[in-house]
Amino acid sequence: MLRFSNLSYKTQRKLIIIAFSIIPVALLITFSYLPVLNMFGYSLTDWNGISKQKDFVGLENYKVFFTNPKYYSVFKVSLYYFVASFVQLGLALYFATLLSFNVKFKNFFKGVLFFPYLINGVAIGFIFLLFFRPDGTLDTLLRWLGLGDYIQLWLGNPDIINISLSGTSIWRYMGFNFIIFLGAISSIPRDLYEAAELDGANRWQQFTHIILPSIKQIIQLNLILSVSGSISVFEIPYIMTGGSNGSNTFVIQTVDLAFKYGKFGLASAMAVILLIIVVVVTLIQKKLVREEA
Amino acid sequence: MNFKQVILSTLKYLSLLLGVVFALLPLVVVFFSSLKTGEEMANTSPLDPPGNWFNFRNYLRAFLEGNMLTGFLNTAFILAVSIAGATLMGAMIAYVLHRFNFRGKTLLTGAFLLAALIPGVTTQVATFQIINALGLFNTHWAAILLYMGTDIISVYIFLQFLENIPVSLDEAAMLDGASYITIFRKIIFPLLKPAIVTVLIVKGVAIYNDFYTPFLYMPKTELQTISTALFKFKGPYGSQWEVISAGIMIAIIPTLIAFLSLQKYIYNGFTQGSVK
Repeated sequence: MLRFSNLSYKTQRKLIIIAFSIIPVALLITFSYLPVLNMFGYSLTDWNGISKQKDFVGLENYKVFFTNPKYYSVFKVSLYYFVASFVQLGLALYFATLLSFNVKFKNFFKGVLFFPYLINGVAIGFIFLLFFRPDGTLDTLLRWLGLGDYIQLWLGNPDIINISLSGTSIWRYMGFNFIIFLGAISSIPRDLYEAAELDGANRWQQFTHIILPSIKQIIQLNLILSVSGSISVFEIPYIMTGGSNGSNTFVIQTVDLAFKYGKFGLASAMAVILLIIVVVVTLIQKKLVREEA
Repeated sequence: MNFKQVILSTLKYLSLLLGVVFALLPLVVVFFSSLKTGEEMANTSPLDPPGNWFNFRNYLRAFLEGNMLTGFLNTAFILAVSIAGATLMGAMIAYVLHRFNFRGKTLLTGAFLLAALIPGVTTQVATFQIINALGLFNTHWAAILLYMGTDIISVYIFLQFLENIPVSLDEAAMLDGASYITIFRKIIFPLLKPAIVTVLIVKGVAIYNDFYTPFLYMPKTELQTISTALFKFKGPYGSQWEVISAGIMIAIIPTLIAFLSLQKYIYNGFTQGSVK
């Protein structure tokens, strides 16, 4: 009987390379590269996603996106999330630094701060609908604190809605950055702090001279990821507001254009733009990280 | 301790407590609401605790009327199959890419790593057509294949861990006449255990919480997952926040239990899984 182990290593090697890679490679091509390729193609047509007919329209879809404020204004919404990501990273860094040193109930604090990141996105959407609704948690809290005059229609006022939503996003994702920073800080050798303490460095000096430089790369990486993150925001606003009241984001618009309005060509053009932004940003980040290393 | 240190220490704990309040308050309110009656919900402040701590009526309603059992079963099935597939295939392709030299290897490795740059959310519009053309729309396999096929992260993680498994182990086994399959099965795969745990956790959390994929590719009611089952509360229960809150709690409780029992691994999983 022919057994695999009786074959020469050379034959085995050939067989195993083919057998082990054929399915992953097929999946990779089908679900990573083919969609990108097709998307470029669709973006040059006026296809509605269903009919057999696709007319080539050149760069028309791109022109439509960039010349119509109705479409390109979604970039403005991204800005809110981009600014929020700084708050998020700041808080994450602050808590990670605190909890890297001696603190009572350390594990409790760690757990509570990280846990929101693990919660289901739809659940988070609902939790914050309840939080922001009139006479909801936030309003009650403000009245308690005697700040009742500041009560707003948190999700009804177009001037505020994106602040409320990006606040929700901070609540959801802060724990993730926090845990990453915590991991990075814990890999700094302990004796560095001891040496610094002997030299009379206080906590702030230890932070700026030991911690910050040691985890600079991770901070940079997170900062740059927040650019692509803030353009690809989808879940929270989609679940909470469906993109109404001026909370429409790039991805919500793309999904709506394609699946609700059958503007597949335009949606694909937007997706291509999004992809290009994300890839460029990621490449910059890779380059920066490599130069540092 | 001198005066300044006392102040600093107080500020430190104060800020931590503030963080805890912000993290927990929205959740506590949902927990309270889930135990309130409709009338209580209308007449009490959100911060008031429920009158009866054992009023589980809303839970029963949410679970039954929201078909959450279906959601759990579908999520569990999709989770199990795609994680098993992703870990096995990830380990296999990483083994090939890391241990063998062959023509096109650099190209292949590059293809996998480059794909990590493409965020799934951007290509959804075109991916949808492919799923549709394969006849997978509205089947479990749409989600399963997408979770397995776009899983570049696990390949990444496995490649990293393989770096730390000495090649001399493979060579020693070859001297004993072990085939490459035996080496993979008996040496590489078991030694990749920490990587597998990492993938299991990072991927498991992502799949359990994913909304986009089931929402777009499996709209059929019988196929709903926890996320889409929960999302359905939006329409008919629009104002019955006590029922929605119970639904939210039902979706969160498994996560909470998993988190409390696996804390250490979860932290490690995230730090190891996401830095690269």
